[in-house]
Amino acid sequence: MIEVVNLSKHYGDKKAVDGISFKAESGEILGFLGPNGAGKSTTMNILTGYISSTEGKALIDGIDILEDPIGAKAKIGYLPELPPLYMDMTVKEYLNFIYDLKKCKLPRNTHLKDICKLVKIDNVYKRIIKNLSKGYKQRVGLAQALVGNPPVLILDEPTVGLDPNQIIEIRSLIKKLGKNHTVILSSHILSEVQAVCDRIVVINQGKIVADDTANNLSQSLSNDHRLLIRVDGPKDEVVKLIQTIPGVETVNVNIQVESGVWEYRIEASEGSDIRRELFKRLAQRNWYLLSSKSTELSLEDIFLKLTMGEELSKKDKETLNKKTKKGEDK
Amino acid sequence: MGAIFRRDLLGYFTSPVGYIFLGVFYAVSGFFFYSSSISAGSTDLSQLFVLLYFALLVLVPILTMRSFSEEKKQKTEQCILTAPVSLGGIVAGKFLSAFVVYLIGISCTVVYAVTVSFFAQPDWNVVLGNIMGLVLLGASFVALGIFISSLTENQMVAAILSMVLILALYILQVIANYVSVEWIATALTSIAFSSRYQTFTAGILDFSNVLFFVSATVIFLFLTVRVLEKRRWG
Repeated sequence: MIEVVNLSKHYGDKKAVDGISFKAESGEILGFLGPNGAGKSTTMNILTGYISSTEGKALIDGIDILEDPIGAKAKIGYLPELPPLYMDMTVKEYLNFIYDLKKCKLPRNTHLKDICKLVKIDNVYKRIIKNLSKGYKQRVGLAQALVGNPPVLILDEPTVGLDPNQIIEIRSLIKKLGKNHTVILSSHILSEVQAVCDRIVVINQGKIVADDTANNLSQSLSNDHRLLIRVDGPKDEVVKLIQTIPGVETVNVNIQVESGVWEYRIEASEGSDIRRELFKRLAQRNWYLLSSKSTELSLEDIFLKLTMGEELSKKDKETLNKKTKKGEDK
Repeated sequence: MGAIFRRDLLGYFTSPVGYIFLGVFYAVSGFFFYSSSISAGSTDLSQLFVLLYFALLVLVPILTMRSFSEEKKQKTEQCILTAPVSLGGIVAGKFLSAFVVYLIGISCTVVYAVTVSFFAQPDWNVVLGNIMGLVLLGASFVALGIFISSLTENQMVAAILSMVLILALYILQVIANYVSVEWIATALTSIAFSSRYQTFTAGILDFSNVLFFVSATVIFLFLTVRVLEKRRWG
């Protein structure tokens, strides 16, 4: 459905997008993951024909966006980073404008009503967009992309600025839409992409650093070997005890949470699972394990992992540890 | 094109811009009409049309300043530029909507002509020529304003630049009077919008002048399309 071949975009010397290629099949939800400035929005802007590529091709349903822009654009619904809303129009006027703009052939009123119900903006249908909350504006933006029922949806950070409830709603909506649309969505939140997408393309500094299914990627990336625990017990002895557990590499005391309770950051060797052993040993000494959670890899860690390989990421861990130690000294 | 035309036309009247343009134009042209015809007791409207150049100098840039700059600033251009519409269609829609508001404004000159006709018959051919000149002049100014608006995302900058440019197109004629080299003077006069326009107000319908304003309009609109295209490639 969407095919990107060797796409590049240069701004002077800066390569915003540097030779990326990927495919999205029909009915697939593809996640575009990357830190700010990685080239996600640029890629999406090229796909939608807003800007042109310096090199390479972007095909939408077999149509080259540069050769037949109008034909390709007719197949795309696009929600840019900032929803393109005319603030002084009502939602109704705005969606009707979009309907005309896209030369939509579907029955006007029922089609717009359906969309409004889908993204839950029917209660603000007659209000002026300027006065809507950010969450509603975002949803009007999404509604705009859905007008004309295009087979391809390109959504640039669709959940930015929404409250947690709305985020869950929008995510489930996107999943629903993914059944009969091809969806590309970008995000810099790993868990979001994992929750919604079938496939994830990780992009950094304009290059694709990983392209895999969500499960494979998260498995390969997030081996649970970092733990953050809270223990009610004497600090120094607890550290000593934890260090004797096989597999543990480093233990750091984080902060005192309440009197007698400290938080510890444990780094175990990869592939080892120290959770049971940890509990048992603490219990033997009558110290209470108050909480234990695996620290998720942050996006930065993932990029380090993907872009620089294991060695560097270990180095980085060391510098991180030093930093936390310094923090303690202070 | 149709969708953008309707939205922009509506936009002129959901914001103060349309009302300011029409209100000020009616007031200023009414004053010019009073001073040049009514109080002078003349049925000759040519003086009114000469003076209107200066009203347009200020008012047309206000009408067109938001055209593209506001879309760029509010990021709404992303919506129209990724819609299945050609760039030419977008520019044409924007031009036509501003032009229609302009026509609504200058339609009051018909009322002035009819008013005068109650006192004595004006020379209707001259009046028609004048109105035609005003329509053509306005079309080129609107196109110029839209072109300038596509260059910036600041509407004030767009307005001021357009005013300066329209003023420059007037001043060319003044400069020409002081240039002693004849071919330069002729060249300057022939591209000065005001001298072309004044042939209309003098009651002369010269086809070359009609062609001049039509081409100026087309050129500015074409340049606007090029600006949009270039930005895409930038």
